[in-house]
Amino acid sequence: MANLSLHQLTKSYGTTEVLHGISLDVADGEFVVLVGPSGCGKSTTLRMIAGLEETTSGIIEIGGREVNNLEPKERDIAMVFQNYAIYPHMSVKKNIAFGLRSSKLPKADKEKRIQEVAGILDMVPLLDRKPSQLSGGQRQRVAIGRAMVRDPAVFLFDEPLSNLDAQLRTQMRLEIKKLHQRVGNTIIFVTHDQVEAMTMADRIVIMKDGYIQQVGTPEEVFHKPANTFVARFIGAPSMNLLEGRVSGGAVSLGAGPEVRVPALRKSGGDVLLGVRPDDLHPGSGNPIVTGTVSLREPLGSETLIYVDTALGEITAKADGRTPPEVGATVELGAEPQNLHVFDKSSGEALT
Amino acid sequence: MVAAPDVPRASAEALLRSEPAKRPRNMGQILRWLLLFIGGILMVMPIAYMISTSLKWPHEVYNVNLIPEEPTIENYTYVLEDGRFYWWFVNSIIIATITTICNLLFDSLVGYTLCKFRFPGRTIVFIAILSTLMIPTEMLVIPWYLMSQSFGWLDSYWGIMFPGLMTAFGTFLMKQFFESVPDDFIEAARIDGLNELQIWWTVAMPLVKPALAALAIFVFLGNWTAFLWPLIVTNSVDMYTIPVGLSGFGDEADVAWELIMTGAAISTIPTLVVFLIFQRFIIRGVVMAGLKG
Repeated sequence: MANLSLHQLTKSYGTTEVLHGISLDVADGEFVVLVGPSGCGKSTTLRMIAGLEETTSGIIEIGGREVNNLEPKERDIAMVFQNYAIYPHMSVKKNIAFGLRSSKLPKADKEKRIQEVAGILDMVPLLDRKPSQLSGGQRQRVAIGRAMVRDPAVFLFDEPLSNLDAQLRTQMRLEIKKLHQRVGNTIIFVTHDQVEAMTMADRIVIMKDGYIQQVGTPEEVFHKPANTFVARFIGAPSMNLLEGRVSGGAVSLGAGPEVRVPALRKSGGDVLLGVRPDDLHPGSGNPIVTGTVSLREPLGSETLIYVDTALGEITAKADGRTPPEVGATVELGAEPQNLHVFDKSSGEALT
Repeated sequence: MVAAPDVPRASAEALLRSEPAKRPRNMGQILRWLLLFIGGILMVMPIAYMISTSLKWPHEVYNVNLIPEEPTIENYTYVLEDGRFYWWFVNSIIIATITTICNLLFDSLVGYTLCKFRFPGRTIVFIAILSTLMIPTEMLVIPWYLMSQSFGWLDSYWGIMFPGLMTAFGTFLMKQFFESVPDDFIEAARIDGLNELQIWWTVAMPLVKPALAALAIFVFLGNWTAFLWPLIVTNSVDMYTIPVGLSGFGDEADVAWELIMTGAAISTIPTLVVFLIFQRFIIRGVVMAGLKG
């Protein structure tokens, strides 16, 4: 087990820079998720930590030791790939044992370790099978087993769940989280799925276009997004962003009422008022905007309503039992502490 | 009572209607079988004729009958008891086996390197290797001969084998097959602590077994039947391979076809064995089993 730190990490392919000076400190035993849309540089960062991609500049440290010039095998890491990458010509047991090939443990200890890992992953009855006889979830568990058996300082997961179906993904998500609680190794997990990021991470690193947008706990990135990108990326459905102007301590939205926002760090200029659908309800106090319901999506306990307003289409949540009819006029409101204000040009948070 | 016969009549009509629709399919089937049958005859005839001739007495060789009038195994006894044939057989086995093993190793090493490593000049090297496919053997024979001469390899195993220890075709074939091995496997092995040679041997090679089997069959057959180069580079009868030796059966006045055919019939046995051994490795879809399909 060890901590990991990245200092001003950059990566260029030819003249194109794809990572622009990433810095990140991961504590010992922490579960950190790198999340972002495709092409944001999250997988490149992971591959650089693994040593599969060369670093253009910057320093990678694992356990206080600079590893930039070390081979992958010397970095004390293990990686689980999106495509599992378990060897089809070897049995499950041989696949797991493969991780121990370069280890100097005595044979009996190796065998003990394999049985231990197979036990943790519930794979003991499958040890003699070939990968072709396993389901997708079982194959991914073998891949995790091969990584676990070496007890590395840092586990790297490169979108390991994206090939699984929805139900299995939820199950594996739980298993990986339980596994982390049990073994306690440092984990860097890459995904493009914000739900995975929110549910698994101790801390989330949100990336876009080769820059880190925000680093924080799931609660922080959800409740205090640093900019409009994070605000819209985290949370489903996405946060509503309404154009307005700041004057004094309030935001005016076109023809609508002035909305008072606490702790606003700007006294004038164009802004975007952000409010999550979960915080925006018809008929609540502190009204913000009025419009006509154009579509309803019943979710059971709640109903998602799409409302046409003078400021564009807005998503809000209504009660599941008595939602407003399509075509009804509703007044949507939110508590002042649930409102977010962002600078219109830079997108930075102002609350 | 009046309405009852309608039912069978209707179904009989339906049957009649369906008849013309079925016929073209049957005709097509018959035509296909006929074509395959003709193809089969064309393939089998030379082999049947070879075996038939090997069972004939010399005076009957020029009769075109497939069944010998007085079948004999005299030719087999003669060829097998003739010391020369034994040596040619051994020479051919040694040469074809060593050449096959070398091709499997070298072609796959070069193919793997060209496929999985990025280095300056990679494409040029690959094109250079491919372009040698365009040079006919006849053009290479003289340079090969001069090289063998200066190395002192004339009339030796080395002389016969060295031009074929690695082939451009094999390199190309292996490179293309290694393309189907996902990089994830190689990277996973790299993280697991294997060096590049170990990755090639323990991870990549087992995943391209079908290609190795195909290459083994091609190379073995190619060398087993090679004629021109072994004829040129060998002088002593003891160094001949089977094709070279067989061509010399008989004397200046006459060609002993019955002996040549007997030798040829015997010499097909190892190629059959090689084919039977390697064909079971040609199983498709091995590579994909460890990945999400």
